[in-house]
Order: sequence, then structure tokens, then C-alpha cells
Amino acid sequence: MSSITTSDAPRGFSASEYMTCLTGIVWREGLRFLHQRERFVSALVRPLVWLFIFAAGFRQVLGISIIPPYETYILYEVFIAPGLMAMIQLFNGMQSSLSMVYDREMGNMRTLLVSPLPRGFLLFCKLLAGTAVSLLQVYAFLLIAWFWDITPPLSGYLTVLPALILSGLMLGSLGMLISSGIKQLENFAGVMNFVIFPMFFASSALYPVWRVQEGSPYLYYLCAANPFTHAVELIRFALYGQVNWISLAVVAACTIVFMIGAILAYDPSRGWRGADLREAKDEGSDPGCHGNCAVLHGRARPIRAILTGPTPRPRCRRFRWRPSGPARRSTRPRSR
Amino acid sequence: MTSPAPIAEPRETPRPDPAAVPALSIDGVSHSYGPRRALMDVSFKVQPASFTALLGLNGAGKSTLFSLVTRLFGIQSGGVGIFGHDISSSSGEALRLLGVVFQPRTLDLDLSLTQNLLYHAALHGIGRREATTRSAELLGRIGLSERAGSKVRDLSGGQMRRLEIARALLHRPRLLLLDEPTVGLDVKARADIISHVRQLVTEQGIGVLWATHLFDEIMSSDDLVVLHQGKVLAQGPMSRVITDAGAQDVNTAFMRLTGAQTMPGGGA
Repeated sequence: MSSITTSDAPRGFSASEYMTCLTGIVWREGLRFLHQRERFVSALVRPLVWLFIFAAGFRQVLGISIIPPYETYILYEVFIAPGLMAMIQLFNGMQSSLSMVYDREMGNMRTLLVSPLPRGFLLFCKLLAGTAVSLLQVYAFLLIAWFWDITPPLSGYLTVLPALILSGLMLGSLGMLISSGIKQLENFAGVMNFVIFPMFFASSALYPVWRVQEGSPYLYYLCAANPFTHAVELIRFALYGQVNWISLAVVAACTIVFMIGAILAYDPSRGWRGADLREAKDEGSDPGCHGNCAVLHGRARPIRAILTGPTPRPRCRRFRWRPSGPARRSTRPRSR
Repeated sequence: MTSPAPIAEPRETPRPDPAAVPALSIDGVSHSYGPRRALMDVSFKVQPASFTALLGLNGAGKSTLFSLVTRLFGIQSGGVGIFGHDISSSSGEALRLLGVVFQPRTLDLDLSLTQNLLYHAALHGIGRREATTRSAELLGRIGLSERAGSKVRDLSGGQMRRLEIARALLHRPRLLLLDEPTVGLDVKARADIISHVRQLVTEQGIGVLWATHLFDEIMSSDDLVVLHQGKVLAQGPMSRVITDAGAQDVNTAFMRLTGAQTMPGGGA
């Protein structure tokens, strides 16, 4: 062990220390991901349901004319594939960010944040690690989609990578910013209703925006202003080896703004007291309960009761209450 | 401990002798969660190569204090220094010298012992080769070498704690913080961990701050800080705290000290 000689002069951190830290965080996130097969499967099933069922049913309804980057008439499945790739990243970004802010990952966040490196850098690494996980999911989706006749040029698989990294970072930091900033959105149901669905539907993921414009100019403006639209378009063009410069600019700018905002707004004492109460009764993190379940653990709030109806059933032992008695609805005293 | 003055006396602010910079100095720290005040003007010091027990019941403010010292929470008022480095202004240098074992387990259960250690090393910017050497060495020291590749999930509670302590030592800190590290462990595992940490103090000169509510973990040679409802009620060598309280043992001393402050029914 080291001697007790003091070298108290501040020595800062070298670039290699930063790099070691970054790769270490991404490496760990990757390892954890490999151990969470349910999370992987559910992340894949969601877009595949859209692809196999929704798109198959919808292709007769919606004709797609030839719009860039496509050079021929395309099937509806081909059109929505980039939107679904972005959707994977949207869900992943929201889930991992929410668990960073709220209690489930608090133990891991403590370990992370006592690192001597600057906190902003640590959070950036964590966002990048979340993005790396979303890349694995997206490429797995692309692999399956290939058998479903979604066959972009082979080079597209490579050119789409930078676009995916940027959009993943944007969505992850947006998730972190939202979960730090809006107290009511501390459970995943709230985020689904107020963030994921509006962003997804008011975008070019499912329909080209020019068709939206024919129907409702206001919705068109909304779509055009939605950063998610630009993430989708960035991915769509990149998948065919092209750059949509406007989307690139919007996504890059949003990434920077969201990330700075998220880092400034991040406050570990948030969701902390609840976490301490729970963790005090817990023996480490729960084996059967991973990222997906994580976000369901927010304390029940009136807003969730109103919006999502019945509360989700307990899925792991960290859930301290369970529905009981004949009246299934009420699990906690309503009076406030 | 240089001058372990009871909190009631006016606190002197001596020029820190560079040769004897305290491992940890908490200086007038207050913290509140909204209207609830968790810490009120807390001051004490932990010297290098000393074992300081932070004694307090649940809710005394121990965990809040740990969160402040580890930079998890921003300092609201007062100051925290680790070997003279202020935790707010030069947190990087301060945290480099600090190892911490939190009360809730913070290991990755699905990762192997070595993987957990390597991750921690990476967080401190320690390169892979060096990290591998140190992990192997530390695993040997805690007697878990042959389990290096197995999942943390398969370890017993005591082994997990030992691993967490090893992890906290990986970057060779000179101050070690432990927040109720023996909670939930059996008698033998507790004794193992206590003797391991005491060994670190005597052999490696690490300053240790050990938060606990278990009186039997404290020895008469230890320094003691009694924290109750966010205030430091007494501090100094254990024998002196006991004498000052007019008690025979630490248990009685603690009850006497806190008794005056405890609301009826709110005590131990």
C-alpha cells in the first residue's frame, strides 16, 4: 500500500484518466446489459410489434410517394424503420435517465459520483454508456428487420452509426433533463404519456410530414419543431448514406442544450430520501428487477392514478406495498 | 486528536500545521431538506491514522453527513476538507484521497468480483493493467482470491462488505468513510470487518470515520463523535466523553447525553 507521503499539490487529471473512466463506464453498462436479457427482449419486441403488425396493417392505407432519401417507391415498413430505430433510442434514453435520477440506480450513482473526476464528465459518460446500449438494441433490430425486407445499402449500417450516437445522446439527456426538472414525471407511466407518446406521434416516424401538412398545418409545425422528428430524419438519411443538414444542426444543437441543462439540473438529493428508506430495508439491489421495472417504483402520486388507472402490480420485493383486500384500487391512503 | 473541545466551548481555529493536516475536517456544517434541518453546525476532525467513531441513532444525520463529505450533496453552509482540500472548490483532489463504503450495498450483483473492482478503478482513472494487479492483491488480502471470477450475487453479506471495503481501498485513499458497515451481518463477519479496518488504521495509517449505532464496535482508544438529531453532543477520546458524561461506559454516556435532548418516546 502507498506510503503516507503527501503530495497535496493539485495535479488535475490527465486525458488518459478521463479516457479510462469513459471506457470503464461504457464497459460496465455493456456488461450489465448482457445480464439483463429481459430488458433486451422487451426493447426489441416493442419496435418489432410496430413493424410486423402495425406496419403490415397500415401499408395499404398510406401510400408513400418518392421522397428523399428514397429513390424508388418503398413499402411502408421500410419507411417506418428509421422511426422505430429512433423509438428504441427514445425508450432507452428515457428509461436509463429516469433510473439515474430516481432511486433505483441510486447505489450505482453513488459509486459513480464519488469518482474524483468532474461530475459533468461522469454524467456525460453515463449518457454515452446508455447510448451505447441503445446502439446494441438498434443493430439487433436492424438485423431482424433485414429478414423482413428492410435492406438499406450495406454501407448504410456504418453511416448511420454517428447519427445514432448523436440522437441517442440527445434523447438520453432530454430524459435526464425532464426527470430532473419535472417532479410529477418520476414514474415511467407519466413519461410515456407526457413525453414519449407525444414526441413519437408528432414526428415523422410514422408518416412523412408533408402528408401531415395536408391534414393540419398546426400539427405540421409541431412536427417540424419536434427534435424527435429531426432525430428520425437524421437517422433516415444516414441509413442511406446521406446527410440531412438541417436535422443534423437541430439534433446537434438540442444535444448540447439538453446535456448542459441536464448536467446543471442533476441533483442527487432528488429521490433520495425515498431511496434511503427503501434501501435501508433491502439487501442490495433486487435480482428479479432491472431497468424496466425500475421506473415503476416511483411513489404513487395522484397524477398517475388519474392518468394510468390501476397501479402496476408489484413485480419485485422492493415494492413495499401490495394491493390487498377486496378493493383492489386503493393501495395507499388517498387523503393528502 | 489535538484539542477535543466539547462543542459548548468557543471553538478555536488553529492554523493548520501542514505536517498534521486533519484527514477530515468538518467545519460548521449545516444542512436542511426543505424545512427539516438534518445537520446543525456540525464540526469535528478525523486525524490520519486514527479511528473515529461517529455514534448516532438512525436519523441522527450520519448519512446526510456522508453525502456531504462525498460531494453527493452540495454544501449549504460550513466547509468540509479532506487533507486540506475543500470538497466544494477542489473536489477532485479531495475525492482522490477518500474511500467510502456506503450503508446500502452498491456492488453490481451480476458482475464478478474482479469486474466490480475494475469498474471502480476505471472511475478513478486507473489503467487496466495497474487495476488488475491491485484487484488481485486486494482480493488476496480479503481472502476472496479464488472467488474472483464468480458473481457478487453468490457472496455472503460479510464477503460483500469486505469486497466493498477492498473496493474503497483500490485507489489507495488516506481517509476511509464507512457508514454502518456491519448492519445486517452476523457476529463473526462483524468482528472480521472491524478488525480488518482497525488493521488499516494501525498498519497503513489510514484515517477512518466509522458511523455506527452499535456501541460494542467502539474501543476505548477511539475518538468519538456523538451526533444526535443533527447536532454534535460530545466529541473527543472515548474515555473522556464517558468521564465528562459522568458515566461508566459508552452506553450510559450516550443515553445521558442524548436523554436530555430526546423527546419522550423518540429515543433509543
